[in-house]
Amino acid sequence: MSAVSERDQLRYIAAQAADARVNLELETEGMTLSIGPQHPATHGTLRIVARLDGEQVIAAEPIMGYMHRGYEKLVEARTYPQINTLINRIDWLSSFANEVPFILAAEKLMEIEAPPRAQWIRTIFHELSRIANITLFLGDMGVQVGALTAVFYAFRDREFVLNLIESATGGRFHPNFDRIGGLKEDLPKGWIDETRAVMKRIRSFCDEMDDLLVGNEIFQARTRGIGVIPKEVGLSYGLSGANLRASGVDWDLRRDDKDIAMAWKHADFKVWTHPDGDSFARYWVRLQEVRESTRIIEQLLDGLPSGPIMAKVPRIIKVPEGEAYVQTENPLGVMGYYVVSKGDLGPFRVKIRSASFNNISITPWLLRGVYVPDAIAILGSLYFILGDIDR
Amino acid sequence: MSPLSSAGDAAAPEVEEAPRDEAREEMLEHLQRELGDAIVGTHLRPHDQLTVRVRNDAWVAAGELARDHLGCHFFDFLSAIDWKPSPWGRGEDDPTEPPPERPTEIVQGYAGGETRFQVFARVLNTRTNLGLVLKADVPDDRLEIASWVPVYAGADWHERETWEMYGITFVGHPNLVHIYLPGDFEGHPLRKDFPLLARMVKPWPGIADVEPMPGSDAGSDDGETAS
Repeated sequence: MSAVSERDQLRYIAAQAADARVNLELETEGMTLSIGPQHPATHGTLRIVARLDGEQVIAAEPIMGYMHRGYEKLVEARTYPQINTLINRIDWLSSFANEVPFILAAEKLMEIEAPPRAQWIRTIFHELSRIANITLFLGDMGVQVGALTAVFYAFRDREFVLNLIESATGGRFHPNFDRIGGLKEDLPKGWIDETRAVMKRIRSFCDEMDDLLVGNEIFQARTRGIGVIPKEVGLSYGLSGANLRASGVDWDLRRDDKDIAMAWKHADFKVWTHPDGDSFARYWVRLQEVRESTRIIEQLLDGLPSGPIMAKVPRIIKVPEGEAYVQTENPLGVMGYYVVSKGDLGPFRVKIRSASFNNISITPWLLRGVYVPDAIAILGSLYFILGDIDR
Repeated sequence: MSPLSSAGDAAAPEVEEAPRDEAREEMLEHLQRELGDAIVGTHLRPHDQLTVRVRNDAWVAAGELARDHLGCHFFDFLSAIDWKPSPWGRGEDDPTEPPPERPTEIVQGYAGGETRFQVFARVLNTRTNLGLVLKADVPDDRLEIASWVPVYAGADWHERETWEMYGITFVGHPNLVHIYLPGDFEGHPLRKDFPLLARMVKPWPGIADVEPMPGSDAGSDDGETAS
């Protein structure tokens, strides 16, 4: 892994040495550019301090912590049901998906399993969160390269998904719908038909994005071959989700994790990968994933089992002693919770493995040697949510 | 920090009635063959998780072995655990009462341990989707462990976070500086003896006003955790 980065470094130094003869007369000094903390490309308050030589980034260092809320400390002072509210705020664009691995980890320690209907509805909402999250990315990526139209379509169509989530859970962004042992409520009347209609709409949104951006010559020129992540480097940095699949790694926990108590195993879907590993590939893979998500939801709605939505759980939830790690394929990548319990009302230690923290840790490697406008496109294509980095 | 082979051999047997998990047992055998007495504790939950505790000085070797022999190229996370029980519990004590007695005994989790602090990391083979949790004790008098950055590039930020949250030094880390907290922050917030100040300055209101909901059965709670 480090071999690749050294080779790149050497190549860059060689290019610099060649340029030096020209630059000698121009005497460029280099400058430090602070991108952020408030920058449209950063989805929150990430600051990137870039050392520039002309338009080229020599070194980039992300500065985090503007939104560090110390969740790993806070959860140690809370009970399991209380924690559910906190972890909704980690990746705020797909809050329901944050709840799932934590609840599953607690259920694993308690050795209970949610009834089938609850598992299916969980999976449906997990996929709805994915659509709500990635839809925004599909539009927002256009903004990063100067195409403003797409983002308005994205906000327009994401609203339909948020309305669905709100009508069933009561919360647009923070549903807080998952409970240890099942779900808070069953689906409201008429929800299933409404969802089918929205899924059609999302697919037509994907077609619009295909026309507006994917087939757009300017968009391709700005993203093809930009920010290439080789497979090995991506793995060693722990990249996950579409960022890794765009580098050709065929790994999706929805398909590969056979033991998880979710309903993905009952749906037939394709895991898309792309061999290129560039910004365009990351966009393309996410676009296909939204289409697959709509298909998963439709299949699950067709076969939704009836029955209770809550298993038998004690009134006061005490989790037996032990350690459990559950990770799921969240919109931004793999999200996992390592829960250590001492048999108390609250956990002893929770390690929150959030996708964006790993995804963004590659930026010092990735931004070296690129041009500033490309750096923005690369950051946009890596797609991170600040709450997911800072926790 | 020098218990050698004896502890490791004793900790090996797993629960027998559970279904056998050949893939993870094979991983464990391979690690035991290569690392020998550097493995000081193991724990296997069939079809769930394999936890292996190695000696502090074998931490990098274990990482390299997982990467090169077991195909665990994917770096999941690295962090630490402070096993000392918190002297304040969940910070819900009534400040007018004398502080309650709390256990101070350090009890480690899966795969055992001898020290207060443990570093643990998880790596994964994306082809087989088999993960491996590696743990290592950090001696109390010298909070140091070798850095994983040469093995997994992604360990860089995770080690910085662990360093600032627990005060564990990663020897050989290229840039061990604060990642979340301001540079002049004092203390290590995730240690159990670092108080959660919000709960210290104002008593937690949640305990005081638990009243039964109107119409619910006598003495029950608010129904949120019911059914």
